[in-house]
Amino acid sequence: MASNQADVSRFDERSLVELVNHEHETIGKAICIPSRTREVALKAGLALLLTLAMTFIALPVVALFLKSPLDTIVRSLHDPMVMDALRLSLTTSTLTTLIVVLMGTPVAYVSARFHYFGKELADSLIDLPVIMPPAVAGIALLVAFGRMGIVGHYLNAFGISIAFTTLAVIIAQVFVSSPFYIRQARTSFEDVDLAFENAARTLGASRVYTFFHVILPIAMNGLISGAIMAFARSLGEFGATIMFAGNFQGRTQTMPLAIYTAMQGDLDVSLCLAIILVAISFVVIVLVKTLTRRVYKKC
Amino acid sequence: MLEINVKKRLRDFDLGVKLDVARGKTLMLVGDNGCGKTTLLNLVAGLDNPDEGRIALDGRALYDSESKTNVPPEARGIGYVFQSYALFPHMSVYDNVAFGLRTRRMAAGEIKILVKDRLEAAGLWEIRKAKAADISGGQKQRVALARALIIEPRLLLLDEPLSALDVRKQAAMRDELMETIHACAVPCIIVTHDLRDVACMGDQACLLERGKLALQGGAEEVLRWGSGMNAK
Repeated sequence: MASNQADVSRFDERSLVELVNHEHETIGKAICIPSRTREVALKAGLALLLTLAMTFIALPVVALFLKSPLDTIVRSLHDPMVMDALRLSLTTSTLTTLIVVLMGTPVAYVSARFHYFGKELADSLIDLPVIMPPAVAGIALLVAFGRMGIVGHYLNAFGISIAFTTLAVIIAQVFVSSPFYIRQARTSFEDVDLAFENAARTLGASRVYTFFHVILPIAMNGLISGAIMAFARSLGEFGATIMFAGNFQGRTQTMPLAIYTAMQGDLDVSLCLAIILVAISFVVIVLVKTLTRRVYKKC
Repeated sequence: MLEINVKKRLRDFDLGVKLDVARGKTLMLVGDNGCGKTTLLNLVAGLDNPDEGRIALDGRALYDSESKTNVPPEARGIGYVFQSYALFPHMSVYDNVAFGLRTRRMAAGEIKILVKDRLEAAGLWEIRKAKAADISGGQKQRVALARALIIEPRLLLLDEPLSALDVRKQAAMRDELMETIHACAVPCIIVTHDLRDVACMGDQACLLERGKLALQGGAEEVLRWGSGMNAK
């Protein structure tokens, strides 16, 4: 009798354990399945968003190449309008980049290393052209350096006219592209450990020697990538140039302006110029990415 | 002889230090983080300016607030080994060591001889072409010391020279460092957290607390401070 009771209670215990295990499994599945589904749904959603974003960016670029057969591009390259625009754009953008680097490097270094009265205001002014609409920049330059402008008025008295000349193209490009260089250069200088500068000074180097032999080489990759960004920005400049320099072939008609002008007549010329600009943009991105990856390890 | 008597207002406290280090003697400066040890080294090196006071080396004022003397860091002739070593990452080991001689516009041939001697003595000749960023911690420490010593400094400042090394290397480098410093026969200040460094390398020691010299004495007394500090 006693053994029977023991068997029954053992049976009850076993069945209870099985029942609990079964319930755990059921609850586990109930929790697991929706969380796995949610994870898959999240991943699918993200993949869809990424695909949509990529398509949105790639589609216009692909369309540009699909709509422009190679022979048409080659033929359009001989168009005087294309050649003039290409020559002018490359010349002005190169000169702009040189001016921006020469003027912007000391500005960026001072901004990165020193505190002075009005620094916040100066930094905001440097960044202003990035958020200012290019057309506004064009008008601002016109009222400053145009024939009746506050500075141009005096220059005009000496027979110097800036507006609607190639110089105006360069001034407009310098105005809009300088923040791209100065911001990058400032960050690069800030990243150079002050200990390098101090070490150079204690070893007998003057401030100037330290700048050219220690700080500049360490910050160089950042400076080059900033210069490339400024070159790309000046190459694509449209609004400020058309307002301040006008749209004269061979003199002030840069590639973006030529694209706009050709759109009203020969679309092939427009497409040819657009493809050249896209190709340059690709090269710029590759160069900047390669250079920013090569950062010196700290010693 | 190095004479320091300076005051400087720091963010959280006033730094006020008066001490002397004789030629060929090593002063070990110990204290908690942020007590002003590195600031004091920077004041001596001319990388930062005191508010008032005097710093003189061999009788010649490097800084004197009364006579408004302030010799720039490049003209002080001080060998400074930074805590991070601060080796120029874009230069080779050779160029790092030659840097101080090039700033002095020394002839290329002379630079070559001096750098070769220094690198060979430090066991670094084999890695002379390696970029400073690619060598080990112990090698970096040796390069930093060789770079500071090649200019024949009149004073040596070392900011935690062994802290970036692992414990085993520290013991070996401690002996090497001690020999090199004694061979220079110039006043030397070493900042450290490690009381073993003080006992092994120092002739005299100072404990800095919130910018003030809390304890001063012979290096052998330091272990007693250690037990006192632990008791606190």
